[in-house]
Amino acid sequence: MQAARQTLSTRIGSHGVLILYTLIALFPVFVIVTNSFKTRRAIFRDPLALPDEESFSLIGYETVMKQGDFFLYFQNSMIVTVASLFFILLFGAMAAFALAEYRFKGNTLMGLYLALGIMIPIRIGTVAILEMMVSTGLVNTLWALILVYTAQGLPLAVFILSEFMRGVSDDLKNAGRIDGLSEYKIFFRLVLPLVRPAMATVAVFNMIPIWNDLWFPLILAPAEETKTLTLGSQVFIGQFVTDWNAVLSALSLAILPVMVLYVIFSRQLIRGITSGAVK
Amino acid sequence: MTALKLENVNKSFGSVHVLKDINLTVEDGEFVVFVGPSGCGKSTLLRVIAGLEDASSGTVAIGGDVVNTVPPAKRGIAMVFQSYALYPHLNVKDNMGLGLKQEGQAKPVVEERVTKASKMLDLDKYLTRRPAELSGGQRQRVAIGRAIVREPKLFLFDEPLSNLDAALRMNTRVEIAALHRTLSASMIYVTHDQIEAMTLADKIVVLRDGRIEQVGSPLELYNNPGNRFVAGFLGSPSMNFLERSVPGLRPGHTLGIRPEHLRVVDHGRINGEVTYVERLGGDTNLLVKTDEGERLTLRLFGQDLTPVGAHVSLDFDDARAFHFDERDSRVALEAA
Repeated sequence: MQAARQTLSTRIGSHGVLILYTLIALFPVFVIVTNSFKTRRAIFRDPLALPDEESFSLIGYETVMKQGDFFLYFQNSMIVTVASLFFILLFGAMAAFALAEYRFKGNTLMGLYLALGIMIPIRIGTVAILEMMVSTGLVNTLWALILVYTAQGLPLAVFILSEFMRGVSDDLKNAGRIDGLSEYKIFFRLVLPLVRPAMATVAVFNMIPIWNDLWFPLILAPAEETKTLTLGSQVFIGQFVTDWNAVLSALSLAILPVMVLYVIFSRQLIRGITSGAVK
Repeated sequence: MTALKLENVNKSFGSVHVLKDINLTVEDGEFVVFVGPSGCGKSTLLRVIAGLEDASSGTVAIGGDVVNTVPPAKRGIAMVFQSYALYPHLNVKDNMGLGLKQEGQAKPVVEERVTKASKMLDLDKYLTRRPAELSGGQRQRVAIGRAIVREPKLFLFDEPLSNLDAALRMNTRVEIAALHRTLSASMIYVTHDQIEAMTLADKIVVLRDGRIEQVGSPLELYNNPGNRFVAGFLGSPSMNFLERSVPGLRPGHTLGIRPEHLRVVDHGRINGEVTYVERLGGDTNLLVKTDEGERLTLRLFGQDLTPVGAHVSLDFDDARAFHFDERDSRVALEAA
């Protein structure tokens, strides 16, 4: 029993490793945020120094704000991310429910087919996607991005959620059926609340790649009014001159909304990770 | 009127034939228990009756109407599940009332029936609690209450006591029996526990491998089992089956004798050595290995001091013994 309990030295050791990892992980973020508050010369003279009286400057943020469309980009990114997550979770959960709940011919095959997308990167189909978007007239609309991201996120969502849905008690669903609930009500009222942790996991996995993506906004929606934040920040990066103050400020601002979304999901996420272990 | 009539019901999952030609009638007000080892199809049969699974062939009639294509909610049944299956997001009152609300009953009716059921089950104090705030026994009572408020033609119980501890199990068993008397409703109860079957049933249906082995009242099945399986399944400790230890048996035939019908004598037909003794206080079980190498259990009433390793000689009353042939069917004593 004594050996199983943590001794002081192992506790210090494990915390040391965790703290070290945290420092490494946070270091780039830290450098971006501190440098965004410094003058251009200070950034290059001593990138690791904290901003002091002499080097402190909000010039980066001023440039970003003056670039009037920044809030629009922000809004676009937000709309695309939230809408994509919504559709991924909605359709992913529905498909997962069908796969987990109903016995029909080709169930396994359908499950494998839906999971295939995990292994094949969607960018391979970029040219075909672009052609489709052109012929449907969706180029330079946010819908183009939302549709592509939804397609991109669905395979993993279906895969993870169907595993969790199999774990939801059959008795509960049957009790609902005997009480006369429709399959939709069983899905939305009984099953979805129970797989919330898994949904949060899926949301977090999908959120960050969508928010940070440069490829599809650049190809499908490069117009001024549909630019996302990541694409919009590129105006500060020129071929010969890069406005580092503005780039760093834009990136610092871009972190905030993801952090807010993450905090919303993380409580659920932690429950999702530990749900198997602690009952 | 018959509460339930099953005719030639079959159920297959793909190539697996789970239920084979089930024919069964449940009379109004009867308490019928389906019993059998796990995997015998008893739960599947219950789900077919409930409408949660479709029968592959055959007809299911509840209260005289064929309900093969009727959805579960409209069959006039209510079901109690092993895992309680309460809605986690609703309080006790809403859990019990949901089915009625879905039926489109008026609010005062729902209110009245929920109040009545909760009084009956001693749940009035917990009406506003969520299932998570209730103990296991209370949860099971809520699940039973949810069935009662619907005033169904047929109650279905799917191993409702398996998740309760021993003391609570006995209490709830008594409550269910009392409930059956007060409501005088038709009930079907699935269990693998033969004690529940013996104590609750008006009629026991013994199932094995998707077939009905025998139907009858508890003591009828106990005293007059139709085959070796039924004989071995009912009764605890279970019946002893001897092929070699008793002289004069036809080769291939088996003699079955219940542990309580064996007695220790000076010179009996069976001789062996005691290998283990279970002293339960009220009675004593001796496990004996016969000289022919077969094992049997002997139940003695009261406290017995026979030590492990003792040689004993046993005998029995021929009228109490059962004979089974090569195919495990019961045969008359003369034929043996």
